[in-house]
Order: sequence, then structure tokens, then C-alpha cells
Amino acid sequence: MKKDIILAGVGGQGILTIATIIGDAAAVAGLSLKQAEVHGMSQRGGDVQSNLRLSTDEIYSDLIKEGEADLIISMEPMEALRYVTYLNNEGWVATSSHPFKNIPNYPDEATLMQELNALPHVAVLPIEDVAKENNMPKSANVILLGMAARYIEILTPEQLRESIGRVFASKGAKIVEMNQQAFDLGLNAVK
Amino acid sequence: MIERKLLLGDEAIALGAVHAGISGVYAYPGTPSTEITEYIQTNAPEVRSRWCTNEKTAMEAALGMSYAGKRALVCMKHVGMNVAADAFVNSGITGVNGGLVVLAADDPSMHSSQNEQDSRFYGKFTMIPILEPSTQQEAYEMMRYAYELSEQLRLPVLMRIVTRLAHSRTGVVVKEAVAQKMLNPDNERTHWVLLPGNARRQYTALVEKQPQLLASAEASPFNKKVAVEGKAKLGVVACGIAYNYVMENNPQQLGVKVLKVSQYPIPEESIKALAQECDAILVAEDGQPLVEEQVKGLLGADYVLKGRLTGDLPRTGELTPDCVGAALGVTVSQAFGAPQNVMPRPPALCQGCGHRDVYDALNKVAAEYADARIFGDIGCYTLGALPPFRAIDSCVDMGASITMAKGAADAGVHPAIAIIGDSTFTHSGMTGLLDAINDNANITIVISDNLTTAMTGGQDSAGTNKFEAICLGLGVDPDHVKVVVPLPKNMEEITRIIREEIEYNGVSVIIPRRECIQTLSRKLRQKKA
Repeated sequence: MKKDIILAGVGGQGILTIATIIGDAAAVAGLSLKQAEVHGMSQRGGDVQSNLRLSTDEIYSDLIKEGEADLIISMEPMEALRYVTYLNNEGWVATSSHPFKNIPNYPDEATLMQELNALPHVAVLPIEDVAKENNMPKSANVILLGMAARYIEILTPEQLRESIGRVFASKGAKIVEMNQQAFDLGLNAVK
Repeated sequence: MIERKLLLGDEAIALGAVHAGISGVYAYPGTPSTEITEYIQTNAPEVRSRWCTNEKTAMEAALGMSYAGKRALVCMKHVGMNVAADAFVNSGITGVNGGLVVLAADDPSMHSSQNEQDSRFYGKFTMIPILEPSTQQEAYEMMRYAYELSEQLRLPVLMRIVTRLAHSRTGVVVKEAVAQKMLNPDNERTHWVLLPGNARRQYTALVEKQPQLLASAEASPFNKKVAVEGKAKLGVVACGIAYNYVMENNPQQLGVKVLKVSQYPIPEESIKALAQECDAILVAEDGQPLVEEQVKGLLGADYVLKGRLTGDLPRTGELTPDCVGAALGVTVSQAFGAPQNVMPRPPALCQGCGHRDVYDALNKVAAEYADARIFGDIGCYTLGALPPFRAIDSCVDMGASITMAKGAADAGVHPAIAIIGDSTFTHSGMTGLLDAINDNANITIVISDNLTTAMTGGQDSAGTNKFEAICLGLGVDPDHVKVVVPLPKNMEEITRIIREEIEYNGVSVIIPRRECIQTLSRKLRQKKA
């Protein structure tokens, strides 16, 4: 079994934290893993993505082939669409619906959401609103991970929740608890 | 003890070097190489690891450590090789004592760079062994091999990686460390004193070593064949990371033979043997068509050779599993077409960044002069070229802002303004400033000091707290070294000073100084924690 995941967002939105949590869970589960990250110039508010590949067998390429991604997890709706040519027939998109407008020519929101929702398998959630309502503004990315968790399949939501415990352990029990709560909020928001 | 760690390619290299018993890592930050030195700084306090002022000082210090008998690592991004080149090329002539590995991280597709030059050319030019790992595991293992090879051949070894290997994380099995070497300076002066008489002898010796380098590459554990029975229509020479993209496309199912090349000089006999078993050869290499050109010479004009030069692979940009697949005849099956509602999202200066205020001020004053030109440099502030600022007219290489402004001023451009960051100034700006002072060039230099090397993630900057002293020491008139704090509330003072210094006929230096907001907020977070 293999799962090819594209994580997308804008520099600074925290997609690498999502990648770290999935990566940790995969390592503990004994899966093969390759995770190509973006460092450097693009991190300054540009579009960023990470190719995350998980498999029970050896993985060769650090990059995912076009038309072969199983899942796009995006912190931003336009960034989710950017990688749609990489998605396979049955692939899922789990994305925040909250646009991040740091460019003057950001597309019309309604048209953008229409294109996004026209895809066969899409889960959309205003994760930043959910994060604010629950007093966890910094955990929007973990809410998104929770939302995407049921489409990752090669890892169970429980394995990911445990990984959150390990990844945030150094920040104290309170932070761990908040992020696990964030994860559950996302997980339960989509059916 | 053997354990498995989740490591970036850069981290695997760092740990490989530490486990190979290096005593020092010498480097200037540069994407995608920065994390190597950072990992050693954090995880191996026994290794000397302070950042160097530039790649040339790094290369020379590492050569000194090798001279003294210890193992040293030098790391840089590909364009850093140009800066280190004087020392690097001559290190092939002197040879080494303790093992010396030079790590060059290339950036095909220019994710964070101004060109996509291929560092393997430098290795070939210097006539030393080159290693090019295809995986992070191999990168880890190669480090130990590289130091042994370096000491065995008494030559530096170049390890070349690309962005995708540097910045991709995977499980790496690591071994026990070997001890650092004892102090053992080389007593053979004639190797090291490159007077023409010695250098000619050393160069001849280097040429005579070449068959040994070739034999080592032919027998290398990192060059291997993926077997397919019988004669094949196509064989692939897959270099470094390109091997992964070839394997991703299931060459065995396609009936394609593969020769993985991860040690150079190219294993000529293995390539000839592959050619005999195939009707055509595809050379898959990330970067420039270095191997393709050599294989062309090896197999002759009649043999069907495919690669970047023939258009079977794109001439520019990094390889992908898709373009390599296409060259192997695999068709891509896209489920969804190109999206309609997606716009480019270029990087931008952070909100609240001091460079923003500097550009606001420069733009205001420059607008008052019909012929103002602002020469930029390499760093976060290069983003001042993009909207909304569109402030700079050039960005070429580290330090070029000052020297290009001088040349333009010599030609009659006025005002000729240079903007350079603090770390770039100490890297390669100081020498140009001395030229400008000695020639009394009519230029205005802005050293936008954010107290860090920001673009690469906030490493220490070599000149922090020393800029006024450096400028005065080099001979800038004390009345024309001005320090300001780049904040919107100081805009009137800053624009007035820029105006005055433009009107001064000579070299002026204005230093807007305010800490990078990324490093500042990181410090505040750490304080809180």
C-alpha cells in the first residue's frame, strides 16, 4: 500500500508541522517515508508545498508524479487547486476555505470555491474560524490534519493522535491536549 | 549501535560527516546547504562549526585543518563554489593530508538561487573524485567513504547534491562514530608551497593519479547496474538523484537497463558495456548535460544518445519523475486539467520588516531624481525588486551592489545607490567598498542591517556590531557614515539623510539598523517558553 500526499499552503501557515506529525506516525508505524520540503525564499509568504510519500514498500522518487497523488491537504483554497493536476481519479482534497490574500490579483472567491467544489472528492472547512471559536488560534493546521485524517488510510486517526502527543511533548501537557482536541475537532467535522 | 533516524538529506550528510570523525565544518549559509552546518552546530559540540564570512574563507580554513592532519568538511550552495573556486581548484594541486570533503548543494530550477550551475564541472575541472548520492541513506554512508577515499588518494573529494535530496526527509539507518584524527601537520612543504616549480610537479602528479580515480569509480559500491536479461532497446545512465526518477517508472517492467552513476569520473568501461547491450542510451542527470557530453565522446557520433541536449529531457530545470518517465516512453495520466482560478504567489518581505521602510525611503528619494539607479544584492531585500516596491535595478552576485554602483558612477550615473545586507556586506562587500573609497567614487551605499543572515533562516552575521568600525577603518569619511532606525515614524529623517548623502560627492554609507522580525519574534517566543 502507498499514499502520496501533497501538503500545500502559504509560507508560515504551518504545513511543515502537519508533515512532521504524519512523518513521526509513519516512522513509528514502520512505514517507508519520503517528505520533500520547501525551505528558503518561498517561505517568505510565497506558495509552499511538501510532497509526502508513505508506503509499505521502498519509495524511490522524492517527488510525486502528476496524476498520482491520493490526497491534497491545504491550508488555503487557492493553494489546494494549484496542485490539482497531481491528484488521481479517486483522490481527495481536504482544505481550509479561508483565503489568504497577500497578492493583489487573488481570484474571485465564489468562482474559486465553485471550481474547488466541482472536484469529486472535496472536504472543506473554515478551519481558522473553528480554531478561533475554540480558543486555539495557533492550532488551525492541526484541525486541518484531523479533517484529512480519515483520507490518509495508511495511518489510523489514532496513530496520528498519538504522534501529536510525541511531537508536542516538549511544549507541555497543555499544548499536547489542546492539539489533540484540535485534531478531534477536525476529525469529527467531516463524515 | 545501529539506529534509524528521520533525517533531511542535509542532516544525513551532517551526521555522516560527524560519524566519519570530522573535527571542523566550515561554511557560509546558503539554500539548500544551510541545514548541514546547523545540524552539526546543534548536535555535535565537539566539532568546530562557527559560520565563516564567506565560502572562500571556509574552504581555506578547511584546507588548513586538513593540512594539520584532521578531517574537515566545507559546505556551500552551488554559487558559493564560485567564491571558493580559487582555493578549491588549487586544493587539487596541493592535495590533502587529513580527509577533506567539499559539499556543494546545487539548486536546479533555481528555487532559491540566481542560476542553476552544475558543481560537477568544478570537480572535473579540479580533477578530483566527485560523489553524487541518490538517497539520504547513501548520502550518510558516502560521507565515511568520501573521507577514506580522500585520504587514500590524498585529494579533496567533492560531494554534489541537489535541492530535492537536501530538503527531503526520510528514515536513515546510522552507525557508530569513528574518533577524530590526531593532530599531525604535513611536513612535506613542496606539496603546499605552490611556486611554479612545485606546482608543475604537483599538477603532473595529479594528472598521473587520474587512472586511480577512474579505477575507483569503476569499482565504486555506489555505481551499480540494474540487470535486465538480454539485449535492450534502451539503457539509462542515471546520475545521482535521477536514478530515483528512473526507478519510479519501473524500468525493469519497461525492459530498460539502468546504470546508476554516483561516483565520478564517469565509469567508462561500465558505460561502454551498457551501450553494447542496448540500442540507445538515455543520460538522466540533474543539472547541466556534463555526463551526456562525455558519453557522446565515449560512444561516438553514430551511437544513439538521448538526454538534455537532444530534447528528450528538458534542457533546463530540475528533473521530475514525470519528465524522466516521458523520456522512457511512459505516458502521464492526468485525472484533472490545469486549474483556472490560480494565481502566482511570489514570496514577499515580511510585514513589519525593516527592509520595507528602507525601500519606502529609497523609493521616495529616488523619485526626485530622473536618473537614479539602485543596485541590489543577495538576500531577503532582493524581494524589493517585486511589487509593491519595484525598487532595485540589479541583483547579480554577493557584493555586486557596491561595485556595480561604482562602475555605473564611473560611467556617469547619478545618483548611483547600492543596497546590501549586513551579512552580504561582510561576505563580499568590504573589498568593493575599499575600491570605491580609493577611487573616491560618487556613490551612496545603504547597508540594511537586520543583525542576522535572514534569508537562510537567521544565522549569525559575521559583522554584527562592527559595521561603523569597518567603514571607518576602510576610510569612509566619518561625516558620511550615518546610522538610522528604519521605522515609519523616522521616515522624514531617513529620507533627509539619503538626500544629503546623494548630494555629497564621494562615498557615503547609510546603515539602517533594526533586528529582523523573524529572529526577534523567535527570541521573544524562546523567552516566554
